[in-house]
Amino acid sequence: MGQLAAFIILSVVTLVSAVVVVASQNIVRSALSLIPTLLGIAGVYILLQAEYVAGIQVLIYAGAITVLILFVIMLTEHGTGARFRQVNEQVLPGTIAVAVLAALLMAVFFGTAWPRAAGTLPQYTATSIGTTFLTSAILVFIVTSFVLLVALMGAIVIARRER
Amino acid sequence: MVNWPLEIVRAVLLTAAVFTFMAVVAAMFGVLLERKVGGWIQSRLGPKHVGPQGLLQTVADTIKLLQKEHIEPRAADRAIFNTAPLVVAVAGLMSWVVIPFGTLGDRVLVVRDLNIGVVFFAAMASLTVVGILAGGFASNNKYALLGGLRSASQMISYELPLAMALIAVAMEAGTLSTVGIVEAQAGWFGSFAFRQFPAFVIFLIAATAEVNRVPFDLPEAESELVAGYFSEYTGMRFALFQLGEYGEMFAMAAMATTLFLGGWKGPVLPGVVWFLLKMYLIVFLLMWVRWTYPRYRLDQLLNLSWKVLLPAGLVWILITGYRVTF
Repeated sequence: MGQLAAFIILSVVTLVSAVVVVASQNIVRSALSLIPTLLGIAGVYILLQAEYVAGIQVLIYAGAITVLILFVIMLTEHGTGARFRQVNEQVLPGTIAVAVLAALLMAVFFGTAWPRAAGTLPQYTATSIGTTFLTSAILVFIVTSFVLLVALMGAIVIARRER
Repeated sequence: MVNWPLEIVRAVLLTAAVFTFMAVVAAMFGVLLERKVGGWIQSRLGPKHVGPQGLLQTVADTIKLLQKEHIEPRAADRAIFNTAPLVVAVAGLMSWVVIPFGTLGDRVLVVRDLNIGVVFFAAMASLTVVGILAGGFASNNKYALLGGLRSASQMISYELPLAMALIAVAMEAGTLSTVGIVEAQAGWFGSFAFRQFPAFVIFLIAATAEVNRVPFDLPEAESELVAGYFSEYTGMRFALFQLGEYGEMFAMAAMATTLFLGGWKGPVLPGVVWFLLKMYLIVFLLMWVRWTYPRYRLDQLLNLSWKVLLPAGLVWILITGYRVTF
């Protein structure tokens, strides 16, 4: 009961702010609405007892990525970006694309035979995530690290050339 | 199965308790202590006239702030302008959830001993910057915007060394839970201030930068930016910013106590007393630094983070990893 209520509240928060992200005419408001969206998703992770993922979601997405987006907006859009009106001229194609995507996703969700038996949660998810990263998923982990490292070096190279 | 109504009642009561503690002990007493310590360092008296030895000065100031008119600049973005102080205050308050204050019998006094305590703390610390940036933007004032931008670049830069210090400690303790980290320390040489000394130094520097205090107070540098991101705020909303800032500062001090100084542990005296003693020791250190050092320039500030603290943190994590494994 409580879980259902929590899920509904979190969904409403996530969806309403997600709509604001897409529909707002003020680009800073769009960026700021990302934060409740991401926090709502973090709440869903907590409901799924993936508390480590939720913590990282708040730390990285709500606390760092959004701030980075805001930072970039404020540096580029003539100071504040408040006078910059953003208008979506592709509402119709966008709606059609979203509807098709939603239909596909729902077809996949309803077509999949989900395992119904209750699985066992690891006692301490941080440890099991770490173990997975360093054993069975090590290739993904290292490749991601390299991508990030290259991106970091690329940013430095670009910044130095401009100076 | 979780008893939801009971949990919600508990959460509300604990929120009220922590908020009162933060507002009274941290913010009010903190401001008074700040002014007294500042006066002492600069050979002045500090506040002296309201109450015995000026003890009631902050109370008087708060009552004054409560009565002030709330002014919204005409061109401000109202919704964002009014929510920004709340974000800062709530994020400052939420950091306290994972801090263990002491022990009562066998129970540890902590709102919630989350098994991701340290990650949670870092996440909440990183949320404050959203409020600061939003407040700076919504004020529609160039000084406020500059303050907000400086704060964003500063906090993003210093979150990394802070996280490095937290990671090193968590590696040595083998847990992310704050209570677990306190229990992993024992005695002088067992405390992480000794075993993790570089992490301790990195944490203190990064924490000072995270809470925007001198020598890292560029977001509100009063000689350049009026008051930075809260230039346009009046009355209680200004007070909320102050509350969030002092709450965050005390939370950082409490976290330093928990992570490095062995938390509530200590001989003879009860745990809560030890915890408060150690916390105020760190708070005093932060104030001492504030009234002693001049402000950094922005490029110096960023260089310190990216070229000194971050590599040092990475090297220390490597060393810690070696020590833990072999």
